[in-house]
Amino acid sequence: MGEQAMNLPPARVVGTRPVSASAGSPRGPRRGRFAIAAETALEWVIRLCGISAIVFVFGIFFFVLREGVGFLFGGLNLVQFFFSTEWYPTSVSNVRYGALALIAGTFSVTGLAMLIAVPFGLGAAVFVSEFCNQRVRETLKVVIELLAAIPSVVWGFIGISVLNPLIQEVFHVPVGLNVLNGALLLALMSVPIMVSIGEDALKAVPDSFREASLAMGATRWQTVHRVLLPAAKNGLLAAVLLGVGRAVGETMAVLMATGHAVNIPKSPFDPVRTLTATIAAELGEASVGSPHYQVLFVIGILLFTITFAVNLIADMIVKGTRKR
Amino acid sequence: MAATFAETPHIRSKHRQEAVVRVILGLMAFAMVLPLLAIIGYLVVQAWPLLSWDFLTQNPTGGMRKGGVWSALLGTIYLVTTSLVIAAPVGVLAAVYLNEYAKQGWLTRIINLAVVNLAGVPSIVHALFGLGAFVLFAGIGRSILAASLTLAIMTLPVIIASTKEALASVPMSFREACWNVGATRWQTIRGIVLPNSISGILTGVILQVSRTAGETAPIMFTGAVFFKRIEEGNPFAYGLYDQCMALSMHLFTITTQVTDAPKALPYATAVVLLGTVLLVNTVAIALRVKLRARKKW
Repeated sequence: MGEQAMNLPPARVVGTRPVSASAGSPRGPRRGRFAIAAETALEWVIRLCGISAIVFVFGIFFFVLREGVGFLFGGLNLVQFFFSTEWYPTSVSNVRYGALALIAGTFSVTGLAMLIAVPFGLGAAVFVSEFCNQRVRETLKVVIELLAAIPSVVWGFIGISVLNPLIQEVFHVPVGLNVLNGALLLALMSVPIMVSIGEDALKAVPDSFREASLAMGATRWQTVHRVLLPAAKNGLLAAVLLGVGRAVGETMAVLMATGHAVNIPKSPFDPVRTLTATIAAELGEASVGSPHYQVLFVIGILLFTITFAVNLIADMIVKGTRKR
Repeated sequence: MAATFAETPHIRSKHRQEAVVRVILGLMAFAMVLPLLAIIGYLVVQAWPLLSWDFLTQNPTGGMRKGGVWSALLGTIYLVTTSLVIAAPVGVLAAVYLNEYAKQGWLTRIINLAVVNLAGVPSIVHALFGLGAFVLFAGIGRSILAASLTLAIMTLPVIIASTKEALASVPMSFREACWNVGATRWQTIRGIVLPNSISGILTGVILQVSRTAGETAPIMFTGAVFFKRIEEGNPFAYGLYDQCMALSMHLFTITTQVTDAPKALPYATAVVLLGTVLLVNTVAIALRVKLRARKKW
């Protein structure tokens, strides 16, 4: 071995790093000035695209704030906004911008949806990750992906045309467009994201944990219950949070299926209106620059803040687990 | 049978519990299969009388109570194509930056966080952004261009995430081999990394198409209209600065605004929209399966 290597011509050691774009090769023809300039320019374009996501997130915040900020700090009574249920944005004599009922609408639909979706989502994640063979797993993952792909307007249409009469029939209520209807749709919409993130979290638990537990004579369920769930706790929490974020921000399905009445619900069979649905329903009729138009952007800022916070927390939880 | 291996009552109950749990979890997982099949089946059955080639190629008529979905279908194609042209290069290059250029550090951390947040921002907030930034501030007006820009920014995370995954699956040794013969970073990316990850990138692009086709909220105030007549059979009937109809918006309109439409009409519209989206997704899934089977490393 050694002798053979000695006979080779001396090699230039480059190391496992790329040559920089502007460097001419020490041997062979130098690259043309144009090629170097083109590659340097291209690298700047790539850098620019790289930070584009940051630019867009700030852009969204800036432009939504820009339209609403005038009213947010001059004119809008924040106490009324957060604590009054009187939402009369188009009233001539008695204009009121109390968003409490809308906030309650969003949280009631999201809350009920999570009550349904969390057990199903995490249960399905455990099943897909721990209890089934390769073929069933692949099939279920395709189904989950297709379920996630159904557009929200189609969900809304299903809420109106399928769930509405079904809820009337089963629960003997006069109207089927209510909290329950929206929550069922949101549950079906947020289960896929919970399953895929939850499965990732379970998969991230090292196999040695499973093997150790099974070797002690534990059944699969005991392993899941005592070893995997505690170990994947944070990842599963993040999965739930991302589902919550999805549900809070969902617009078309709740716009069509929750009955469109501004009130604080007392039962799952009351119609409500959510923050997102209010923007979608009223932005078309509010004239640009009017207080009504601006208050809808203030709601947009509120929604942006909520989902930003939820995503940030989910991200920190996931990063925290990875570090450990 | 040696007595030591006899099942004690404790072990038997353990196994019974295991079986019960397996069934319960299995039912929870299959609870997702049922709605998918039920929804598709029910929609197709209800829409059956109207589904035909003419339904796709005729304009809606009679106050959207008759006719087909031509102008909405073409509008959706325009929106999808335009936003794809905008989002694909930016998204792919952003992923190239994250995976090939950037050092792991605070900047990549913030970029990744921004991507996650961009995906998490509610679609209606994207609509407010599109209205404020493109329609009003940039002065584009309500148009296909403004709506497509909004959609492009909204679906950028889809492309970035799957491209990043595709790039990361190319082994480091491929790059090192290329660098060691004196190639620059970009030469390596163009010659080695991109050709080896192109199918994965395509999957992401296809998923972006499916996502874009189904969105309603972001285009409601930035370029989509309730109704617009266009020339039937002319694929160039819309211009970039025109407003357009869209399948998703059309379904919303005939479900909530048109009360006396024939029963099958909204179902047929939903089937066209859902069929388009699921077909596109199936292509992406098939591509991924084929890619995984062919992978050599």
